[in-house]
Amino acid sequence: MSNTAWETLSNQAIGAAGIVYFLALLVHLAEWASLRQPATARAARTSSAGSEGSEGDVLVATGPETGEEAPSTRTAFLARLGVLLTVIAVVAHFTALVGRGMAADPNRVPWGNMYEFTTAGTFVVALMYLLLRRRLKLDWMAPFVLGFVVATLMVAVIWLHSEVAPLTEALDSYWLVIHVVSAIIATGAFTIGGILSIAYLVKLRRGDATSGPLTRVPSLAVLDRTAYRVHAFAFPVWTFAVLITGPIWAHEAWSRYWNWDPKEVWAFITWVVYAAYLHARATAGWKGRNAAILACVGLATLWFNFIGINYFATNSQHSYASLGAPVVERIDGAPDVARVPLH
Amino acid sequence: MVDLQERPPADHPERPDRGGRRRAGELGGLELLRWTWRQLTSMRTALVLLLLLALAAVPGSVVPQSGVDAFAANQWKEDHPTLTPIYERLGLFSVYDSAWFSAIYILLMVSLVGCIVPRTLHYARALRAVPPRAPRNLTRLPEHRVVRLDAPVDDVLARARTLLGGRRYRLRPTDPDAADAVSAEKGYLREAGNLLFHLSVIIVLVGFAWGALFGYQGGVIVLQGGTFANTAASYDDLNPGSRFGADDFDPFLFTVDDFDITWLTEGAAAGTARAFKAALTYRDGDGPEDQYDLRVNHPLTIGSTDLFLVGHGYAPVITVRDGNGDVAYSGPTVFLPQDESFLSFGVVKAPSARPGQLGLEGLFYPTFDLVDGDPTTVWPDDLDPLISLNVWTGDLGLDDGVPQSVYLLDTSKASQVTQDDGRPFRLDLRVGETRQLPDGLGSVSFDSVQPWVRIQVSQTPGKEVALLGVVAALIGLLGSLFIRSRRVWVRARPGTGEDAGATMVEVAVLDRSGGADLSDVLDEIVRGLRDPEPSSHPKEPQ
Ligand code: HEM
Repeated sequence: MSNTAWETLSNQAIGAAGIVYFLALLVHLAEWASLRQPATARAARTSSAGSEGSEGDVLVATGPETGEEAPSTRTAFLARLGVLLTVIAVVAHFTALVGRGMAADPNRVPWGNMYEFTTAGTFVVALMYLLLRRRLKLDWMAPFVLGFVVATLMVAVIWLHSEVAPLTEALDSYWLVIHVVSAIIATGAFTIGGILSIAYLVKLRRGDATSGPLTRVPSLAVLDRTAYRVHAFAFPVWTFAVLITGPIWAHEAWSRYWNWDPKEVWAFITWVVYAAYLHARATAGWKGRNAAILACVGLATLWFNFIGINYFATNSQHSYASLGAPVVERIDGAPDVARVPLH
Repeated sequence: MVDLQERPPADHPERPDRGGRRRAGELGGLELLRWTWRQLTSMRTALVLLLLLALAAVPGSVVPQSGVDAFAANQWKEDHPTLTPIYERLGLFSVYDSAWFSAIYILLMVSLVGCIVPRTLHYARALRAVPPRAPRNLTRLPEHRVVRLDAPVDDVLARARTLLGGRRYRLRPTDPDAADAVSAEKGYLREAGNLLFHLSVIIVLVGFAWGALFGYQGGVIVLQGGTFANTAASYDDLNPGSRFGADDFDPFLFTVDDFDITWLTEGAAAGTARAFKAALTYRDGDGPEDQYDLRVNHPLTIGSTDLFLVGHGYAPVITVRDGNGDVAYSGPTVFLPQDESFLSFGVVKAPSARPGQLGLEGLFYPTFDLVDGDPTTVWPDDLDPLISLNVWTGDLGLDDGVPQSVYLLDTSKASQVTQDDGRPFRLDLRVGETRQLPDGLGSVSFDSVQPWVRIQVSQTPGKEVALLGVVAALIGLLGSLFIRSRRVWVRARPGTGEDAGATMVEVAVLDRSGGADLSDVLDEIVRGLRDPEPSSHPKEPQ
């Protein structure tokens, strides 16, 4: 296959992935809507199940089935269909990433620019949701995850799309590959964790509803715990990406392992905010609501760094802005070959 | 190990309970309260300081930092004359060295030390301690189960011991005062991980500060064929740490033998270069000569100094003869690239020229094309170069002792050389061409082009310490986040009333991390107590 063929394949696959994600989103919304109809019957069931679970004085060990509401067949069908569509979309999404990498000459990892970085990031979000769905009982998250993925993919395709180009010299480093893979994985996980924390805050405001779509969302305690587990996974990965492999690579490429470049500053801010989140969960008076707010702040700084900072600060060595814009007349030296466009 | 916010205090065997009555689970004693209070406040302080640190880091990403990009910072200052003095007073051009930023992280470090030391002592004691007695009322703990079993009390307790012992729980020896319950605890390494993490944060900071104080960065442009000796005077720009002295330069020399570059001629990235390579010959002190191909991402280490290839450009070789025909200037002249097309800007100063000093200022086009008589660059490789210069004569301001940039021409006291029609005279030269200047001022030749490379040189002591610190921090973090620190209590009593003859068992579990679904843990223990035989008996510790 020629490079152009790969590129075309990639573009078509990302389009297909977007459409199938959107269909999956619609199916899951239909699933939620179908939940609403027999609300009263289910509400009765949920509340009795809830009291059983929370008292804990049960004389029998509770089996896995008891706590879960038995969904109607239609709802169950829609839920399965939604997951199936998501799997298809993730496969197409993966194809698009592979196509990007194969289209470049020499072949390379597909994260040389913002478009590729964003499509890779959303891929990890979707994949992580699929992988954790069973373990952490994340089915209820489907519409939120898919909504996020569809919206971000649209931004990527409409505004960030650029043609396949080889990597700048400084980007050609295996440290960079490790650095970016881990940063993208952490970003995906933090995003899932952030959605959980947002759900926590919404649920906290609305109260534990006994009817309506919010009944699908797990209890506050479960949300808090699940959010913590996802964040606890993401935080070390982020530490590895930002504080270990990033500096090692920066040292090889630019001579300074830490340069307080805007991108680095915001990666550091994100790290500190999430460290504060982990602290908050162990601090009286900060548990629950404040911790969840911190997780949301962390998510905001993360995505701001991912996309926003490139437009905001022009003096970043990581800046994409330096791709097209001429380097200003510098008296103190020449443009660096190491001054590279990067995420 | 001890988290007084979430769990009952440990009883230490070496510190017997006063009167032997106090049981874990009751918050007793003023001393304990004070300890808790201290813990709470310092934890909250740490949290607030962390948030402050995050907030304080923001301005440095908005205002250009002179330590990061001095040029951008100066530009910003020129563009904002009113704000500049205020910003300067606030230290906003070097946020990360500023007093207020330092104050926050120093406070954080003090708080950190104040936190680690007592916790380490505490941990050392907790390591030797046995799990605390079961709280009097296990059903008051948030995660518990009450079950009715048919086995006798002693059997149930024995089962509990085998079950928990097999899962690597540390067990409290049977004690006569609380013979009706089993206490078990595991996950002691979690606190060790946490302490390691916090300690490593300090190590990283030490390594970082060491590099900032005792290291330096410098940049230098070296022509192909040129030699660099590592002294302060050789650098074009130098940014030493405050404790870096002139004697601390590693005594080495290097020569750039050759510079190689490959231009992409097709595809979306056509016109960009790959595979930059500067062939160096270097010598460390009196050591033997050695060779190295310096490439992007592949620095050279000489002694404790690292060399990086960070830029390249062109130096046209220009010869200026004055009105008398004497050579007033000759040699390669570094022109600075202005953009990705490698259109470059440069200056020639010939103060010894007669009848008047001569100054040239203009552009270098690596591969040019004429559009309406004006040159433009069409390709960044130097396939068909052209220099296009304006000429000044008169006083170039070089004699008044004020140091000047070699890349700037001071034309305030000079006059521009013009054509007969009064328009500025423009000298366009291709390689090998010579042209006369008007008014018998002399002539200029463009002899050849020489490439140059920009090399970044740095000494960063403490970088290994910092790296070791972050790696240790990561290991500690993994331990702290993923080792489950957990206490389990099982109490068995003979049933009364309608349960007479059976055994009432209470099981409770406390988890420090708060990330686990404890009902699963409880279910498993209850199952094990119910049916200790084959299926659920743990062969392997989980
Ligand atoms: C540079 C400053 C600090 C950073 C980056 C930091 C970071 C962290 C992180 C990431 C955790 C999560 C690990 C876990 O959840 O087990 C943590 C936990 C903890 N930190 Fe810090 N910390 C800092 C300063 C402090 C200070 C000053 C104290 C003293 C009060 C402290 C006390 C604790 C405690 C007690 C935990 C355990 C919480 C738990 O059991 O979950 N930290 N810290």
